[in-house]
Amino acid sequence: MLRGPGEAAFVLRPLGALTALYHRPSATTHLLAPPAPEILRALAGGEMTEAALLAALARDYDLADPDPAALAARVEELVAAGLVERA
Amino acid sequence: MRHATSRRIGPIGFRIGSDWRAPVALLDALYADYPVPTVADATVRLTATRPWRRRVRPAIALGGDLMLPDAAPLPLEHGLLAAEMAMNLQVALGHRRHLLLHAAAAERDGRCVILTGESGAGKSTLSALLMAAGWRFLGDEFVLIDLASGMARPFPRLVSLKNESVAELARRMPGARFGPVLQGTPKGTIRHLVPDARAVAAMDVPATPALLLFPRFGAARAVRRVDEGEAFVRLTQASTNYALLGEAGFDALTRLVTRVPARAIDYADSDEGVTLVEDLWCAL
Repeated sequence: MLRGPGEAAFVLRPLGALTALYHRPSATTHLLAPPAPEILRALAGGEMTEAALLAALARDYDLADPDPAALAARVEELVAAGLVERA
Repeated sequence: MRHATSRRIGPIGFRIGSDWRAPVALLDALYADYPVPTVADATVRLTATRPWRRRVRPAIALGGDLMLPDAAPLPLEHGLLAAEMAMNLQVALGHRRHLLLHAAAAERDGRCVILTGESGAGKSTLSALLMAAGWRFLGDEFVLIDLASGMARPFPRLVSLKNESVAELARRMPGARFGPVLQGTPKGTIRHLVPDARAVAAMDVPATPALLLFPRFGAARAVRRVDEGEAFVRLTQASTNYALLGEAGFDALTRLVTRVPARAIDYADSDEGVTLVEDLWCAL
């Protein structure tokens, strides 16, 4: 299971092609490229499996060819940054 | 302290104490038109590195409320530079009321251009030349962004001119007031220029940021659009207190880069730099 910060724990601000994120629990700033902001928004509603996350992203963002391996790599980056935990 | 003075520059009140009379006398002369603060926000101390170094090969240790342990002492003949460096240090390390950007700025019609970049990019020279061309000088070291309104508060300290700019500005601004020529400093030859009367009189009047420039001196003329993400990253690096301000700093900086167009400019000489700024300003 993947667990992200709740809605109240972060702020996202689009900056052109990138998105700035302020993570309140750690008081740190991150600059994110797609689909990292979309992953965090999807996880803000609650824990989910990677398969459920992929399905949610495919549904909400109209992904033509969802790629589980690419998604896993992006999730791993967010885990390394301390923004997502594996429950 | 044996000798002391107080001055307010923009929203920051300084109390400067010194073991020697000369640096304080110079500050009093050059900051003569600046108000005396009711409250000192920052204290600066210029003290002898050892008691005997007050008289024997006098060496100034930079001190104050906040200190850098590895700040190198300066000889007494560079006392004005020591005072300016120590004042900047207190602001860089201690100021929390505004988002601090290591930048110069100049105002026209209530709006301002902000020039930010590494030392040597030409911030001080360009801002002084803009002042000579009729712009209101807001500062050459720090721009203070109001956390609530996003307005730029002036911090019009003495303009620190370096090397070739010293002679160039003396030639272009024959009526201006300058400090002594300081040779052999860690940054080469330095001379301080006193901001004009208008800059001092209006130092409590903020300006709305309208143009953000990342100048680079010494290259052929070029202009490149800087997108919001790049401007954000560069300004987090140009701010000494961004991380300390937490979410208030994040809000102020994201608002600045999303509202204000940004350009990287290369220019070969001062005239070209001023022309570029004017051209970009007119194109807003």
